[in-house]
Amino acid sequence: MSLLSVSGLSVAFGARTVVSDVSFELEPGECIGIVGESGSGKSVTARALLGLAGRRARVSASSLAFDGLEIQDATPRRLRSLRGREIGYVSQGALVALDPLRPVGREISDSLRLHTSSTPAQRRARVLELLAEVGVPEPSLRAGQRPDELSGGLRQRAVIASAIALRPRLLIADEPTTALDSTVQAGILDLLERLREQGTALILISHDLAVVSRLASRVLVMNAGQIVESGPTAQVLGEPRHPYTRRLIAAVPTDRPRGTRLTPAAEGAPVSVGNSGLQVLDDPKTTVSAPEATSTPEFPTNPVVRAGAAVVSASRLSRRFGGTLAVDDVSFTLERGRTLGVVGESGSGKTTVARLVLALDRPDSGDVRLLGEPWTTATERERRALRPRIGAIYQDALSSFDPRMTVGGIVADALTHGRSTRAGAEVTALLERVGLDATVAGRRPLHLSGGQQQRVAIARAIAAKPDVIVCDEPVSSLDVSVQAQVLDLLDDLQRDLGLSYLFITHDLGVVRHVSDDVLVMQHGRVVESGPTEAVFADPREAYTRALFASAPRIAVWRAPSERP
Amino acid sequence: MRARYFVALAVIAFLALAALAPSVLAPGDPLAIAPLDSFQPPSLSHFFGTDESGRDIYTRVIHGTGASLLIGIAATAIGLGLAIVFGLLAGFGPRWLDFGTTRFLEVLFAFPGLLFALLFIVVYGPGVVTSTIAVGLSTAPGYARIIRSRVIQVRTSPYLEAAVVLGRGRTTRIVRHVLPNVAGALFVLGTLGVGQSIVWASSLSYLGLGAVPPAAEWGAMLSAGRTYIASFWWMTFFPGLFIVLSAAATTLLGRAIQQRGRES
Repeated sequence: MSLLSVSGLSVAFGARTVVSDVSFELEPGECIGIVGESGSGKSVTARALLGLAGRRARVSASSLAFDGLEIQDATPRRLRSLRGREIGYVSQGALVALDPLRPVGREISDSLRLHTSSTPAQRRARVLELLAEVGVPEPSLRAGQRPDELSGGLRQRAVIASAIALRPRLLIADEPTTALDSTVQAGILDLLERLREQGTALILISHDLAVVSRLASRVLVMNAGQIVESGPTAQVLGEPRHPYTRRLIAAVPTDRPRGTRLTPAAEGAPVSVGNSGLQVLDDPKTTVSAPEATSTPEFPTNPVVRAGAAVVSASRLSRRFGGTLAVDDVSFTLERGRTLGVVGESGSGKTTVARLVLALDRPDSGDVRLLGEPWTTATERERRALRPRIGAIYQDALSSFDPRMTVGGIVADALTHGRSTRAGAEVTALLERVGLDATVAGRRPLHLSGGQQQRVAIARAIAAKPDVIVCDEPVSSLDVSVQAQVLDLLDDLQRDLGLSYLFITHDLGVVRHVSDDVLVMQHGRVVESGPTEAVFADPREAYTRALFASAPRIAVWRAPSERP
Repeated sequence: MRARYFVALAVIAFLALAALAPSVLAPGDPLAIAPLDSFQPPSLSHFFGTDESGRDIYTRVIHGTGASLLIGIAATAIGLGLAIVFGLLAGFGPRWLDFGTTRFLEVLFAFPGLLFALLFIVVYGPGVVTSTIAVGLSTAPGYARIIRSRVIQVRTSPYLEAAVVLGRGRTTRIVRHVLPNVAGALFVLGTLGVGQSIVWASSLSYLGLGAVPPAAEWGAMLSAGRTYIASFWWMTFFPGLFIVLSAAATTLLGRAIQQRGRES
């Protein structure tokens, strides 16, 4: 008998059905992946299984059985004992799931205190054991610390520790590695894999196909509340049948050569997935090997490129905050029409580099020249004339907009000649250029989707006709298909307007797709740099190799039983 | 939820009418005495009853609205006006100015608001004008702190940085982004503050430090009725009711505006 059996699960909020007719089975020690974009209903499905869909949700199912127990008929009391003891839940945004005022050790011991009879000393010992088990170094020190004293990866591990404290037979992990650096992510995924091997059944919810492909033996693809495709991971990701699945896979930038489009060019155009870098492996561990050099990518060379013209040149930049060197002796040149990717984990100094290039911060030593003119050494008043030549887009587009302004106002504000009679027509043209309907001009950015907000930010950035745009994690908080659209838009704009991009990201797949050249940063220093394909094909430094190895790639693998 | 705000708006509209054209609602003279009619309980001829001199309390409460509201609004205006100066100095000024202003505000904060108002009145003598200024002064530090933090919050926000990237000068940034975004908060503060100021000004009048009897002012009426509270409840109840109503209505309205600001 299956551990979990779901059939005909539907969830509705008022008249809106957000999940309809979802059915699947889960065996002990199996990992099932639920993939889909925001709003596809994957989180609600998980919460409904726990009886946590919310008071306004109407949950119905023909059967919702955990180990033979019908969850729908269970008393709230029985449900409570089920949660925590039998079913562990790692919620989305686990970075904020911990009480900021309590030491994490106390948080973890909660479930022990609630569900078992144990002495404080026993619980303390168990907490330390758990922390060690999930790979937290120095457990006795960490147990006494509050969440704000821990890094994102450690906090995530603490959340997982509390979820598995009672050895639940089912662990539901909702986006467990979103917002984590790739090396940290790799560690968390290894941890989940170990738990699965020990017999825990796992439901892994993610928008990231690469993450799911590493752990799940079966995948459910959800779109608009329905399962559009399901089956063994190798089959679903390797030979996707549903157009939605094909689109999702095609949108993943990893291993897609620079210049290839990630979104269908037009309605109905076929999307090829044959060349998406999909690897069929016998074991997920082998993905750790460095990617092979891809054949010379065929993409049209940028007609506007006038090679050699330096748009931004940074020489020997250093910036110290307190006792730490955030940026240490960084030099690079960004040429016209090209994209320089800056990649590194959080704390590697890449955002500080962006701020120095935008002259929002002064370097302690070294300087940046923009279009050959002194830039960081000039005064802000002198810089003002050159400001229109450099633009910026950020990860959080919304917070970069004045909350009182409409979309039209924001874009008009960026036009160099200010508000004039021509502004209206120009705003319309800009919005259409970035793929937005002109009618959004009257709306406030808050009411737009994340992808639309980023398009508004791009419209604002190109309004002043800049030569270079600094992109700081511009697609990091977007769904993969929206991310693909935004990356394609940036690529189109680069081609048409001859823009140069300084592209900062922690996402190796994205950086490889967009950049001509790449800088790999660690602890404020450039550890490796060069043409993207060369660096990716043959990373020379140990750190670069480790970083690349940790990048999750879509790799399907056959369960041992299916191996020939 | 919505209904609450309509009630609040209706109360405010009624109070505004009473303040601007009291004779429409109560044609009588608030100071006219009629010794034979003293201490009448509420009835059809005297809605709120009469006081010890036979003055109609309904007429007095309505005619007192203007004075009470004016004190509340003027005090808030004084408080906010001072707060804007201090808040902007601290928020925009160089670090030493921010430090100095903040420390100065902290010293003012050390006095409980009403005590500070009392001190001011002790020095400058009781009366409507001094009590209004006193209430304004004592509310200023609180507002100033909020304005300062709001200025700093907006000034360091990503959208101000985006304006720097667009090459906007300091003046443009302040005029186009900082001030309008701070003004939204000010409006809410002001509306919320009027209710509080009415209560404080009434408190001062009650203590005999603001408007003095026989002037028709809520706090003063409350004070006059105190002697008779055990026998003639209506003398204190109705002025008190209006103080509560006006404070509650303006506060509710302020909350509603605040809520809308958050949602949009």
